[in-house]
Amino acid sequence: MAMIASDIERLIKEALPDALVDIRDLAGDGDHYAASVVSVAFKGKTRVQQHQMVYNALKGGMGNELHALALQTSVPEN
Amino acid sequence: MSDNPVFDRIREEVENNDVVLFMKGTPVFPQCGFSNAVVQVLTYLNVPFKGVNVLEDADIRQGIKDFSDWPTIPQLYVKGEFVGGCDIVREMFEQGELREFLAQKGIETEAA
Repeated sequence: MAMIASDIERLIKEALPDALVDIRDLAGDGDHYAASVVSVAFKGKTRVQQHQMVYNALKGGMGNELHALALQTSVPEN
Repeated sequence: MSDNPVFDRIREEVENNDVVLFMKGTPVFPQCGFSNAVVQVLTYLNVPFKGVNVLEDADIRQGIKDFSDWPTIPQLYVKGEFVGGCDIVREMFEQGELREFLAQKGIETEAA
């Protein structure tokens, strides 16, 4: 079982409606992606907390169907 | 905190060792690219650490994910505090924050 990029993006946006999500497929196997997520919701949160917010959005997919997600989170510039 | 017996074992590791890396494989033979990446960073900074091979212990492999509420391996702990997985450790290292963080925790670092 694997996850497709559009599912990952949809799940993240369901949890973080304002998020700008850029997903790159690293291996073409539906298992290894890189994603950058920009959201105001990350403001004031540590990196660990920011990443946990994204993992929670994936509803348990992370570490199961999705083996690897190289994640970068940030707050919008303005 | 919950009375999960594995948590006690995890707590013992992270409280009795300054730097602990829960990883797949061992520091000498990492068996996963992400685990290896963190080993390389710690080695480059000359930071002594204890590697815990989660592949040898299924309870720890799952328990550590519950303990930190973090779904993947590797996981780096410094002075009992969860620092992050491969992405965060690498990002901190690249931005020079990791050395500073370790220094704040009283852990010497030296570029190899």
